[in-house]
Amino acid sequence: MADLQYVKIFTRFERFWHWMQALLVLALLFTGARLHGLIGGMHWGQAFQLHLIAAGLIIILWIFAIFWHFTTGAWQHYIPTLRNLVPVIRYYAYGIFRGEPHPAKPTIRRKHNPLQRISYLFLKLVINPAIWITGILYLTVALTGFDLQTVAWLHVVAAYAMAIFVVIHVYMATTGDTPTAYVKAMTTGYEWVSVEDNAGP
Amino acid sequence: MLRTLLHAALVYVLATAAHAQDADAPGSTIPKLTADHAKFDSLKGPFSTGSDVTKACLSCHTEAGKQMMQSIHWTYETVNPVTGQTLGKKNVLNSFCGNLATNEPRCTSCHAGYGWDTTGSFDFTNETNIDCLACHDTTGEYVKWPTEAGHPLYEPRNQAGRMSPYSKALIVEEPDGTLTHLPPDLARVAANVGRPTNANCGNCHFYGGGGDNVKHGDLSSALLGASPHVDVHMSPEGAGMVCVDCHVGNSHQWPGSRYHGTITDTSHQRPGMRNTDILACNSCHTATPHKALSVMGNKLNDHTDRVACQTCHIPEYAKGGVATKTWWDWSTAGKLKDGKPYVEKDAAGRDTYLTIKGDFEWGEDVVPTYEFWDGIVEYTMVGDRIDPSGVVGVNRIGGSADQPGSVIFPFKRMRGRQAYDAVNEYLIQNNVYGPEGDSALWSNYSWEKALKAGMADSDIPYSGEFGFTETEMWWPTTHMVAPANEALKCGQCHAKDGRLADLAGFYLPGRDGFALTDRIGLWLLALALAGVALHAGLRIASRRRDKGEG
Repeated sequence: MADLQYVKIFTRFERFWHWMQALLVLALLFTGARLHGLIGGMHWGQAFQLHLIAAGLIIILWIFAIFWHFTTGAWQHYIPTLRNLVPVIRYYAYGIFRGEPHPAKPTIRRKHNPLQRISYLFLKLVINPAIWITGILYLTVALTGFDLQTVAWLHVVAAYAMAIFVVIHVYMATTGDTPTAYVKAMTTGYEWVSVEDNAGP
Repeated sequence: MLRTLLHAALVYVLATAAHAQDADAPGSTIPKLTADHAKFDSLKGPFSTGSDVTKACLSCHTEAGKQMMQSIHWTYETVNPVTGQTLGKKNVLNSFCGNLATNEPRCTSCHAGYGWDTTGSFDFTNETNIDCLACHDTTGEYVKWPTEAGHPLYEPRNQAGRMSPYSKALIVEEPDGTLTHLPPDLARVAANVGRPTNANCGNCHFYGGGGDNVKHGDLSSALLGASPHVDVHMSPEGAGMVCVDCHVGNSHQWPGSRYHGTITDTSHQRPGMRNTDILACNSCHTATPHKALSVMGNKLNDHTDRVACQTCHIPEYAKGGVATKTWWDWSTAGKLKDGKPYVEKDAAGRDTYLTIKGDFEWGEDVVPTYEFWDGIVEYTMVGDRIDPSGVVGVNRIGGSADQPGSVIFPFKRMRGRQAYDAVNEYLIQNNVYGPEGDSALWSNYSWEKALKAGMADSDIPYSGEFGFTETEMWWPTTHMVAPANEALKCGQCHAKDGRLADLAGFYLPGRDGFALTDRIGLWLLALALAGVALHAGLRIASRRRDKGEG
């Protein structure tokens, strides 16, 4: 077992990106629910404006993030792997209740466990693009002539997927050694990681 | 008589002073004329009839008569180029007094002419029958008398109540409480002609259907000196515009028609200039009137292909304290109390029952009925087969959600019950007005006679058997535009119980969900929440157990 050291694994941009995304996604989900008629609490026009402003900001943020991922090589953290996937799933389904150690502690070169890799890759390659592509189509139906109802349906389906992701993601953030450990790591950037990484990616 | 003359002299002085302000007022949209008509010898009078004035007008305005005779104000007839129907007041039925035929001296009091007593006898080719003054009087004293086939009063007339909109200045209260209506001084009126003001147009268009705002809902005397809330265009504190600023005339023809609506002005637009043969909001405001560089403005501009400007910008009609008639049930007309006709009124003093007319309902600040409209209106003419078991459309509007070019438009939906031929099943003409003879409903309260007389003036046969069917009539709402800050808010339509709750055929965000998708989506979300709650519960329980064991 390698030694654990308290080192910075999330850079300043990564943390900014994460929390801005969290804020904007929540804003979009709640204003979206208002626009869809699921909740009240705000004028429809206000919800619309906030939704559009947040959507514009998150798209800008994503453009920066995509650039950042490629220039820093951070995209490699999302390459899916089957190695250790089953033990991780077994851990969350069973071992966590037995007090077993996590089978895939993060390392500097592998910040995410296999389950995270698959989830985040799905978020980035499926849910996020689905949301913003359908969102842009929604906004431009008058120009494109696409069927409003179909575009709206696709956008709503993507939004439910995002909402479910957020619920599970927020909960999973409490499954560290202490309930706030992961949140602390994403805030300060520092986490206990294995410094010797013999496994390699 | 002396009293009367003194009064008339006083009126003359006051009205002249009042008139002098119009074109000189700051921001006035009434251009000054290049001629002072008081200086023309031919207009010095005296004139004994309106036609005498017309002859004088035509002596200089050589083409005006020919132009006027092409106007619907004169012909009361127009062919809808799309449906091919021959419409116009001479031909159509409506939900109010019903029909012009057999009721001429009453209905033709608003004809831009003199002496249309019967359609058969009136000379539509005689230009001296044209009434120039109804539209061009600027003194406010020239008002056509309601029962004189287009003529004003030529002799004083005494009656119990005030004839509205007769100029107050020309009314003398007698010691017995009755009111003497003085005839206008035609020479004075002729010396003061000018461009039509809102009052000129309003004297007829505000009072259609027998009273102030009865018919249109968006055209009433409340538009004279209106607040911006009532009408942002016509209010003196708003744009201070007059009717003909939008309904720009050319050769005595004006754009703007209920028979064939213009949804969008597609003519070539020139900055600062108006085309005279077409009229829509975008003629002045463009098709993208909202701020393009804002999130909201951009989205609002995005609406204009399917939502008429009027829909958001006329949140209510019949504003400014003048109610409009919303229900007119003719079937109850004719009831007598102690052998006499009677009147019932509501708390606001409005008639709710008249022996001569039946039952009414009124509305003030009415929320319009919204429908898709392509500008096309079809009429149910006398002789057109109807289904009396349903609601009969006196007219029907074209357009639908899946028809490009149709826009959501606000309407006054006039409802009521009207007579029809129970054997042949079509709407029929009714002789309501006629002080002489024994056929008119308003004089004799007999439906049998009134309908028989009404249909006698038609080529369509009448079985003599009649019933009453429920009817509706669509009146596009386009006046009484509110200031921008009173326009509808998004949520007034984008809501489950909003203004468009009943308008089917299209997806409206905020009103329409996806029943199955939403159910599945919300269930999955709930399952996710339940799943993490269960997982959290098990973690807490296992930790406690571990601690307990340790």
